[in-house]
Amino acid sequence: MTGKDGFISDGLIASGPVCLGYIPIGIAFGVLAQKAGLSPLETGFMSLMVFAGSSQFIAVSMLSAGAGAVSIIATTFVVNLRHLLMSSSLSVFLGHSGRKKLFAFAYGITDESFAVNISKFKNGEWDINGAIVVNFSANIMWILSTVAGGYGGQFIKPHSFGMDYALIAMFICLLVFQLKGRIYIFTALLAGILAVLFSIFLPGNSYIIIASVFAAVTGVFIKKMGR
Amino acid sequence: MIEREYCYIVLGMGLVTFLPRLLPVYFLSGRTLPGWFIEWLDLIPAAVLSALLLPALVTTGTPRTFSLYSLEMIVAVPTFLVAVKTKSLGGTVITGMGLYWLLDIIFI
Repeated sequence: MTGKDGFISDGLIASGPVCLGYIPIGIAFGVLAQKAGLSPLETGFMSLMVFAGSSQFIAVSMLSAGAGAVSIIATTFVVNLRHLLMSSSLSVFLGHSGRKKLFAFAYGITDESFAVNISKFKNGEWDINGAIVVNFSANIMWILSTVAGGYGGQFIKPHSFGMDYALIAMFICLLVFQLKGRIYIFTALLAGILAVLFSIFLPGNSYIIIASVFAAVTGVFIKKMGR
Repeated sequence: MIEREYCYIVLGMGLVTFLPRLLPVYFLSGRTLPGWFIEWLDLIPAAVLSALLLPALVTTGTPRTFSLYSLEMIVAVPTFLVAVKTKSLGGTVITGMGLYWLLDIIFI
């Protein structure tokens, strides 16, 4: 377990791969936002309020296409609905945390922070304080990178040192950590194959929720039958 | 200055993004949940991580099409093996980045 103050350094270390991976994506987003006519301040404001990469990319391209407020907000809702699943599976580990901490933690749930925090929670080496540090350092890095992109990102070369691959490599490793038995391997394989199929045939990113829910339900049934 | 309509759009986006993040942790944490639900939640991380990862590796473009041979996929194989062997997150991330960087320089 983490000590009284150890959670800060533990959280900062744990957020490393996420922060690294956010730099090239954040800069790319800032550049796109600048091209769409947003000031660096407006870009940073969106990164602070929304903090969800893919939906921000979509929103900015909708803005430059002249889409209305309602359709942009509705699209954002659908794109980010997948966090319901992540928040649900994290909730098991949060015990009786206070309301303020739950709000602070929930704000920073992203695909990447979820991946890091859930694997540490499942190992039993984590608590909400460390998880909040992970979420906020990722958030700060995201805001800084997007604003930097807005200030002349065309002069920054974010694609060096394989930084584009940091998040994929992180997901590969954190997925491996989850494969602790045949039922987990089966569920992951099923979810992955369904996600690939659905991602080709369904619009948007609804494939993430549909494939995950279906695979986990199937996994539970198979576990029950095996007993 | 932030333009007013933009401000409303971003605030709306923020709200609809925050609610799905908040509601489950707010209402589920600290409660006794039914056994089948806990078992289901236990399988969700493996499912979600795989559903996020695989399409990123083997599909490309919008609308997405299947393409098995990408630089991402080629690098994923040794990266996966390093993760299985070492169980080290840092080592895996550095291996993946290094290989991707190297192959990117060689092939492009």
